[in-house]
Amino acid sequence: MTARIRKRTGQFFRMRRFKTQVKSVTDTSSTILGEAVARATPAPIASRIRGLSDRSMAWLFITPAIALLLAVNIFPLIWAIYLSFTNFRANRPNAALESVGFSNYSRVLNDPNIWQAMQTTAHFVFWTILLQTLIGFSLAYLIDRKFRGHAFWTTIILVPMMLSPAVVGNFWRFLYQPQIGLFNHIVSFLTGIPPSSFEMLGSVRLSPWAIIIVDTWMWTPYVMLICLAGLRSIPDYIYEAAEVDRASLWRQFWSITLPMALPFIMLAVLFRGIENFKMFDMVTLLTGGGPGSTTEVASITLKREAFESWRTGRASAFAIILFVAVFGLANIYVKALNKVKQR
Amino acid sequence: MKTIKQALLGATSAFVLFVAAPNLAKADELTLCWAAWDPANALVELSKDFTSQSGTTMKFEFVPWPNFADRILNELNSGGKLCDLLIGDSQWLGGSAENGYYVKLNDFFDKEGIKMSDFADAAVNAYATWPKGTPNYWALPAMGDANAWFYRKDWFAQPEIQAEFKKKYNRDLAAPTTWDELIQVAEFFNGREIDGKKVYGAAIFTERASEGITMGATSALYPYGFKYENTPGKYDMEGAVNSPEAVAGLEAYKKLYKCCTPPGYTDAYMGESLDAFKSGQVAMAMNWFAFFPGLYKDEKVGGDKIGFFVNPKEKVAASTLGGQGISVVANTDNMDGALAYIKWFAQPDVQKKWWSLGGYAVHKTVLNDPTFTESQPFAADFLVAMNQVQDFWQEPSYAILLQAMQKRLHDYVVADKGTAKEALDGLVKDWTEVFKDDGKL
Repeated sequence: MTARIRKRTGQFFRMRRFKTQVKSVTDTSSTILGEAVARATPAPIASRIRGLSDRSMAWLFITPAIALLLAVNIFPLIWAIYLSFTNFRANRPNAALESVGFSNYSRVLNDPNIWQAMQTTAHFVFWTILLQTLIGFSLAYLIDRKFRGHAFWTTIILVPMMLSPAVVGNFWRFLYQPQIGLFNHIVSFLTGIPPSSFEMLGSVRLSPWAIIIVDTWMWTPYVMLICLAGLRSIPDYIYEAAEVDRASLWRQFWSITLPMALPFIMLAVLFRGIENFKMFDMVTLLTGGGPGSTTEVASITLKREAFESWRTGRASAFAIILFVAVFGLANIYVKALNKVKQR
Repeated sequence: MKTIKQALLGATSAFVLFVAAPNLAKADELTLCWAAWDPANALVELSKDFTSQSGTTMKFEFVPWPNFADRILNELNSGGKLCDLLIGDSQWLGGSAENGYYVKLNDFFDKEGIKMSDFADAAVNAYATWPKGTPNYWALPAMGDANAWFYRKDWFAQPEIQAEFKKKYNRDLAAPTTWDELIQVAEFFNGREIDGKKVYGAAIFTERASEGITMGATSALYPYGFKYENTPGKYDMEGAVNSPEAVAGLEAYKKLYKCCTPPGYTDAYMGESLDAFKSGQVAMAMNWFAFFPGLYKDEKVGGDKIGFFVNPKEKVAASTLGGQGISVVANTDNMDGALAYIKWFAQPDVQKKWWSLGGYAVHKTVLNDPTFTESQPFAADFLVAMNQVQDFWQEPSYAILLQAMQKRLHDYVVADKGTAKEALDGLVKDWTEVFKDDGKL
């Protein structure tokens, strides 16, 4: 054991020396390149730039990015906030635009359909995150063992994540088809229930789970990748020290693996949470929000309000409410994440 | 210097050509927008005559039905210039007229001698006028259509099936004429094994996203006595929309859905209905007349194997209206060309050819022709249906009204939520809110 630790320490110092050498070479190259660029800059421009302060130069570089951000993000947001206080309908260009105060917000918050959509969204987000985290972390833990053929299996596991949601939605529709779908036939083979006797997408009871299964199938590899990065960031010497202290594997998992991978797991939960809160494409392709409104998540309600009913003012109010909810929750979560990282 | 001048001249010429070329091409070109379905192919064929006569190239933008309203209404609302001519749904008339998306055609019709009295009255009212019942024309009736039924005539004719039906119901097995009979026949066929295959009673519309379940359920609601208003134009819906007759109609539709549709039939519209029938899964199916020529020609289930019948009556005879009028989009850059197309399309000879190619012409020259009812096996039913059609609201707020009905009906019929009375009471509440917002109540 002592020999292994010595070997590791030797590797560490060798790596440090190598990094120092690389940095020195990079610094030298940057200086040479900088001088070459300075020489190539035409004299009038060079003299004009030379007169600028560092602060001005910084503004000069970030202004295009800020202008773009204002145009595509901030302006539409402000415009949506403005519209949310009006009776505007995009399909009535000639109608007079009137201020309606907080009426749109009040109607959205008192609409039972909206609350039902929020509940459906919460159910979907909760179960997909729970399942994806559990399965994703378990897979990452297995892959991290580096068994024979692990690279091949990693690639296979990652395939669903690389597909387009439109493709996934369409082929799962076929898989769930009660008469010819593979899913129903597998369930039938395993349980003896006739394949046509249940409908994954048409049943009020099963359709929310049908969507959860597809999302979990597609996005668990993503959670796995992040968790794998977390697991691989844990230095081996910690485990070695734990082995010296004769800590059991279970103890190592609870005291080393999980706490050290936790920031990564939390990051994966954050990404998937935000993504699934605004889930639209897959649900639309699988059920279109049906049967009835059983799987109508908030984003589908919002789309129907904005682009089918054309109540643009009310849809804007709903969008702002969703934005505030996601933004607020994400902020609280990020603070918790930072605390975990600082531990 | 000379070289620079030549280069500049060349570049300028190229730029002018580049800018002007699309506009030059546009003058001889028209884009017609419609849904992507069988009659659209017939229209492409028909329009070749217009191109050969006028020299105008016809371009077509056909959008699949589930996205048709979304795509085209977005185009109109955003002031797009994609379509010069639009064959739009009848429900869009109110909004498109009031928002100035369509050109009012009265003066043009007067100038060119196009008479609306030459077209079927129901079609003119449904596809061309806004406000309803007034002589303000925003479209030329282009394609008559209604929801109707087709069935496996060969199955109905099998002696053992006939005998069993007679024994069970004490009447001959034939195409249903009432909704009670329809449900009875569907129940009779459902789960039966024919030609070694399990079959189902009927394929009906249950689609949630666009208009499917509304178009299907109204085919039961109208015959049972559903009305939109107690007094037309008053928006007094209480007791009309949720009348006991309407409740009975909705219950009948749900009964048919629950007893006799194939498994997984929870979100089905035109395509699914055709697939179910063509694959030999169902004894009967509902769909628009527009598909009937194609069905009749189908090698597997067409010809002698298929029969057609008009939507069964119950208390009254009624059919759900389909079909569209052709309008000139106000935003077009080629107004003269678009109007020339309308003028050409309105000619009796063109209308006759339109019917022969598979389009449902509603010009009286076609409909009153003594040979019309014999021209196709479904032609007589088409005439009957067009005389009993009822349409959904054509109000500018039709989209909100339709979404509300889609939700209420799907919740009740497919998702088993509440009762028929509760669904229709909820619908009255939703629609009342919309008309209050519009200042009509």
